[in-house]
Amino acid sequence: MAYSEKVVEHYENPRNVGSFDKGDESVGTGMVGAPACGDVMKLQIKVNPATGVIEDARFKTYGCGSAIASSSLVTEWVKGKTLDEAAALKNSQIAEELALPPVKIHCSILAEDAIKAAVDDYKKKHAH
Amino acid sequence: MESTPHFPIYMDYGATTPCDPRVVDVMIPWLREHFGNPASRSHAWGWEAEAAVEKAREQVAELIGADPREIVWTSGATESNNLALKGAAHFYQSKGRHLITVKTEHKAVLDTMRELERQGFEVSYLDVQDDGLLSFDVLKAAIRPDTILISVMFVNNEIGVIQDIAAIGALCREKGILLHVDAAQATGKVEIDLKTLPVDLMSLASHKTYGPKGIGALYVRRKPRVRLEAQMHGGGHERGMRSGTLPTHQCVGMGEAFRLARLEMAQDNAKARALHDRLINGLKDVEQVFLNGHATQRVAQNINMSFNFVEGESLIMGIKGLAVSSGSACTSASLEPSYVLRALGRSDELAHSSLRMTIGRWTTEAEIDYAIETIRQNVAKLRDLSPLWEMYQDGVDLSTIQWTAH
Repeated sequence: MAYSEKVVEHYENPRNVGSFDKGDESVGTGMVGAPACGDVMKLQIKVNPATGVIEDARFKTYGCGSAIASSSLVTEWVKGKTLDEAAALKNSQIAEELALPPVKIHCSILAEDAIKAAVDDYKKKHAH
Repeated sequence: MESTPHFPIYMDYGATTPCDPRVVDVMIPWLREHFGNPASRSHAWGWEAEAAVEKAREQVAELIGADPREIVWTSGATESNNLALKGAAHFYQSKGRHLITVKTEHKAVLDTMRELERQGFEVSYLDVQDDGLLSFDVLKAAIRPDTILISVMFVNNEIGVIQDIAAIGALCREKGILLHVDAAQATGKVEIDLKTLPVDLMSLASHKTYGPKGIGALYVRRKPRVRLEAQMHGGGHERGMRSGTLPTHQCVGMGEAFRLARLEMAQDNAKARALHDRLINGLKDVEQVFLNGHATQRVAQNINMSFNFVEGESLIMGIKGLAVSSGSACTSASLEPSYVLRALGRSDELAHSSLRMTIGRWTTEAEIDYAIETIRQNVAKLRDLSPLWEMYQDGVDLSTIQWTAH
């Protein structure tokens, strides 16, 4: 199967690879997927507590090239967004941007789940 | 064949081998001037084609120690498997309706068995040991009074292990059960002598042994005689077992490929063994790398490795200078990892992290060295990206994690 240019570009030069300290109060972590399915994504956001704006993001992904590209793209997109804006990201936008074929749509769904999970994690930390 | 490296470097001989140029050369005249139908009995065009087909049949028979009259031409090993299993099951169904095979067989056997189940036969699918080999005790225990046929592949296409066909055949003889062997991946790599090897039906492929695609054969034993019900009707070619005009050039090609395989097997295997060892030695010190399949009871042409915490498809995307295949079936719509590796009891991560490299007649040391280099680089790069690797480094036991399956 041939990959789209954008998938290859993100795969070759993944953005924002790495990890934040999970225990940091300003960090929200989302880990989704399962080794059994062949994809695990860990997505982290660093939020400015005063403004609620995501200032930085990191990811690590075990999965195919499309899964890596989807998570790499999302880390770029969420920077500068509020938590609610980030949580509103749709997998269809990711799939469209990366020109994912139908069998790879699940990669974009996973990336959407990952950002939602990261936002939820941050909100839980600050619920009280 | 010229030795200039062509990118990507071909390391997928298990999928198909290049057609040997010497094979192509002998095929061409049978496409050009000698176009006769081998079944035309009334003129010289037919006679010469028939003679060519029969000479090729002898060459195929000779590689496996068979009589030419025991060779039935087919379109390939898939058809041979279908003819052997359906043909024998249908012919012998009054004796019993139970068949036995192994979970790691090729889909051409497994899917045919599923079809026979649909037709009312019962099939036992046996587990293998974690080295990929069939346990003799497991096989013995599965045999029932109504078992009519056992099908076990000679060499596994994904992991390269060689089953003990001589022992399995002896057991089948003792119990009066037919043995079918899919030898598509074995010819030219393993010595086969059906004069002494107790096998009743054997499927053969041309394009895994440097012959053309679209041709194969089924060995059908004459003494003791094995009967089949034809699956293809229309003219009664091939002793009534498989009708259809024979493709002279294809038969000639397979014959020449098998003749060369017989002459060059020792040399091919020695070379493959050295390259196999070179590749393994170049990768064995990578952390968390596992060899799939028995370490010694295997063909040298197959190297199947799992690089833990790296997903196979992404690794293949990275090592784009190599044409290899992944045990992971993630490229298809299903998210299931290789059923063969699962049958070995490999964890999901390892089954998703496998790479099958199959080498052959034209693989070079320089190509192996390139493969080692690019695999090492990409495994390291992808592990930097892998949350599983990070967890492993932190001492987290992945089997204790509650994953959110999707």
